[in-house]
Parts: sequence; C-alpha cells; structure tokens
Amino acid sequence: MAKDMSYEAVMARRGEIMKKAVGIDYDEFESGSIAFDYERMMRETGYTLQEIEKIQRETGVGNTPLLELKNLTKLARKYAPKGKGARIFIKDEAANPSGSFKARRAATSCYHAQKLGYKGVIAATSGNYGSAVASQAAMRGLKCIVVQECYDSRGVGQPEIIEKARKCEAFGAEVVQLSVGPELFYTFLVLLEETGYFNSSLYTPFAIAGVETLGYELAMQFREREGRDPDAVVVTNAGGGNLTGTARGLLKAGAQSKIIGASVDLSGLHMASDIHFNRKSFTTGHTGFGVPFATWPDRSDVPRSAARPLRYLDRYVTVNQGSVFYMTEALAQLEGIERGPAGNTSLAAAFYLAQEMDEDQIIVVQETEYTGAGKHIQPQLTFARKNGIEILIGDPTEEVPGKNIILPKDPGYIKATDLDVDRLRKSYIRNCIKNTNVKKVTEEDIKFLAEDTKSNEDFVKEALDELGIGY
Amino acid sequence: MDAKKGDWVRIHNIVLKPEERAENLPEDTKKVPLEMWVKGFLLNDEANIGDEVEIETYIGRKTKGTLVEVNPRWEHDFGEVVPELLHIGRHLRKIMDEDGE
Repeated sequence: MAKDMSYEAVMARRGEIMKKAVGIDYDEFESGSIAFDYERMMRETGYTLQEIEKIQRETGVGNTPLLELKNLTKLARKYAPKGKGARIFIKDEAANPSGSFKARRAATSCYHAQKLGYKGVIAATSGNYGSAVASQAAMRGLKCIVVQECYDSRGVGQPEIIEKARKCEAFGAEVVQLSVGPELFYTFLVLLEETGYFNSSLYTPFAIAGVETLGYELAMQFREREGRDPDAVVVTNAGGGNLTGTARGLLKAGAQSKIIGASVDLSGLHMASDIHFNRKSFTTGHTGFGVPFATWPDRSDVPRSAARPLRYLDRYVTVNQGSVFYMTEALAQLEGIERGPAGNTSLAAAFYLAQEMDEDQIIVVQETEYTGAGKHIQPQLTFARKNGIEILIGDPTEEVPGKNIILPKDPGYIKATDLDVDRLRKSYIRNCIKNTNVKKVTEEDIKFLAEDTKSNEDFVKEALDELGIGY
Repeated sequence: MDAKKGDWVRIHNIVLKPEERAENLPEDTKKVPLEMWVKGFLLNDEANIGDEVEIETYIGRKTKGTLVEVNPRWEHDFGEVVPELLHIGRHLRKIMDEDGE
C-alpha cells in the first residue's frame, strides 16, 4: 500500500522519520518531564574535541587566521572615553573550504553520516550551512540535497539565498527551492523518507560539537599570540549553534571570556510572512531567529536541540541593518578585507562594545563569511530599494525594519542595544511549561532549568511562582 | 519544441494548495500555495514550457513537475551603484587622518 503523503500524515510520522535519519534515540536522554540530560547527550552521541580536530583536519576545516583589526580599533577609540576602546580581533572563518564557520558543523555531520553508512545527506537551510554540507559531502563522496526557503509568491528570490543555492550546485548538490512558509519541514521529511539520507541537521550534537573547535582555537591562538584569553567574544546569533559551540569550546580550553550574542534587529517583521520575506535585508543572524530559538531551542528539526544559547549567554545585543552594512563597508575600506554582510553583525556590535571596555582589553569577533554576487552590501541594498525600502543616512536607532535602512552618518552613531536576558530566560521557562504541559515541576527540572538558562534555582523558582506553577 | 532529452531544465510544483497549508500562518502566506522549484536533466524525449515532465536531478533523483525554464541561468549580481555607500570610505579615511583622540 502506498504511504499517505498528505501534510498531516507525513507530519505525524516525523518522529519515526527523524529517528532513522539522525540515528539518535533522543528518548534515552529524557526524564519524562522538562529536564533532559544535555551533557550526556553531547558526550554519548558526539565526539571528543580531539576527535573533531582530527575529522576537521581531514577535510581542511578550521585553523583559520586570527586578525587584529588595528584600524577599526583606532577608529573606535576616537569615539570612546579616554582610556577606553578594547583591541578588536576577528577570526577569519571565511577561510574554511565553503567560506564560513558552518564548514565545522558540516564536517562532523558528514563524517558521521559516512561512518553510519548513509549514501547521502540532506540539510534544510537557506544559509551558509547548505554550501558547507555540499562541500563536505563532495569531499566524502556523499550525495547531497539542500532544501531552501527562497522565493516569495511573486517568484522573487532573495539574492543572498540564490547565491547560496549557486554555491551548493557548484559542489554537485541538488537544491530544492521553496516559497515562504514553515511547511518547508514537510518537504524536508518527504525527501528524507524518499531517499533514506542522513538529516544533516544544524542542531545535532555532532553539528554543535563541530563548532567547539572554533572556541578552543580562539583560546589557543590568543594564548600563543597575546599570552592571555580574550575578555569578550561576540557571536552573531540566529539558531544558537554558533554561540553554543563556541562557548563550549572556550570552556573546554578553560577560558572565562564573556560570551556576547549579537543579532540584527528585525523586530516587527514576521518570519513566515510572504510579504515581509523580501522586505528584510538579512536572511540570518537576526532577531527573527535569534529570539525564538533562544526561548525555545527545541523548535528545531531534531527532538532536542544541541544548540542552547541561554545556557552560555552573558549578554545579548541587537544592532540595526544599516550599522551592519556600514561596518561591512568599513571593514573593506579600512582593513582591506571584504566579508559578510550577515556575518558582520557581531563586528558592528563589537565596534560599539569595544568603546565600553578598557584599552588593554580584547574583544573578538569570532567569524567572518565569504562575500559574492547577491551576498554583498551593494546587491542587498539594490534589492531592498527595489522592494520599496528607503535607504537613508542618519541615526540608525530610528530604523524601522521593513520600511527603511538607516546607515549611520558617522561611526559614532553605531550602537548596540541590550536585550533583557532575564526576560528571555523567563520566556524560555514559560515555553518549557507550555510545550511539555507539566503541571508540577520536579527538583530535577529546576536544576535543569537553572543550568539551561545560566541562572540559579532561586531565579527559576521565582519564574515558576510568577507563572503559578507548583514545584 | 523548447527542450529535448538531456537538457538542463527547471521544473515547478505546487506542494500545498492554500487550503492544505499549516495552521498559524500569517494571512498573506495562507492565501498563496507552497511552491517548489527543482533543476535536473530532462528525461522526456522532448517537451515544451508548461508540459508535465520528469527530470533526473544532479545527484540522480527522479522527480516530476511542470517545465518552466530551459538552461536556467543565475541572475544575481553585484547590484546597482548605491550612492549612499560611496561616501563611507572617504569619510572614514578622513577621520583616521585627523590627529589626536
């Protein structure tokens, strides 16, 4: 009998499809309540840092250059109070084979798929991860399908996403392009079932463990070069994996650097809206992913996401689209390196944050990404203008996402705005209650929630009291 | 005849009609179908734009859909000149040349 391929029927089979496609029985780590054993999941299904370094070396991933941005540091100091203005460094992750840090995640994922005997890998992503998986799959002789959300209902595609499709095809992958909507997941499940390929999810323990080497390398490179760890590490945050993996790697190196997440402020734009889709100039690294994934990481394409940003986050800031475009231009004009733009979100934040820090301190932007046709400030702004977005020069804090893009009139106007992390923590706790339907929280749950929000048991109890949930 | 067997083509499918779409979608998205585009080598002997055809994708998967494009080209580029960007580099160099803090 032919399988029922209706939306409802396929979605109902998701657990079964995922188990086959990821090779992890997530039930083993569940407590039956809110808590699950995150560290055991990472340990038993992932790889050690040393194993990952070896795997990544096989395909030329990692060991990317660490560059000091002396001119941008000098520029930041012109706007900082006397004695302030930390040294700004950047880790040039664009030097990875596919042009972004995502090669680290893809390397372990493809290695694992090959080891388990899968013939191919599938990734659901409109970002750099697609080409990273395609590149790693090419090296390992695996077939690869990348499923993208790419076009609006007029058939107009985001230039940045189209470029990523081109790059996937360059590595011999098949690219399935869809119009706007979360039902991309349905197509993804259908393809997993049809092909029997491995789900090269961004959120498995292997994928996240793949980023740990980035944090570890950072600590090692700074120790060798400066004899110390960086004071702050700024991470562009979307699904949370970049932040989680980097922070875990730093901790494994024994570094106590402050972990700061940065996202482009796209508040007011709905991520599942057909009309809003082409009114945003950032397809990743923005609050439309950053906030929902921080406050409910298990919305991802695996039952338990290994990317849990609130577990590691010390501070979370937003910057506007115009400031990131401006910093992308500044990076090219003053430092002679053309990267981004989306990956430069953390650079725009670091430029401002450096001005709060002492001159002898170090702030590091932990990634760059390749730039190219479509994926560059000029085509992005051209596209924005064609979609009715006004391009202005002025005070970026007045930018309204979806209406205008405001380039700062001088570097002093670049600001990073703090998000209230305690509020995000409470929102996460509320989502845990809502999504698990738990009426009474166990002692284990409280301990888990404290760890998963980098808070403490008193904070969790206070949040539960506010929600009227017993424990 | 627009395409013959072995040509590199692009096909289109409606994955979900508006009434089949997920709950909780914004109104604008709910009104339109979920569409899909895939590229591959044409398996039919010949076909015209708008025909239902079968293709073999680059990795060898076979799939069907409506033929919409033959030898689909990449049209993304480096965009038009954005005058608002042009002043930035010169302005920054001027600031860097200024003395003192």
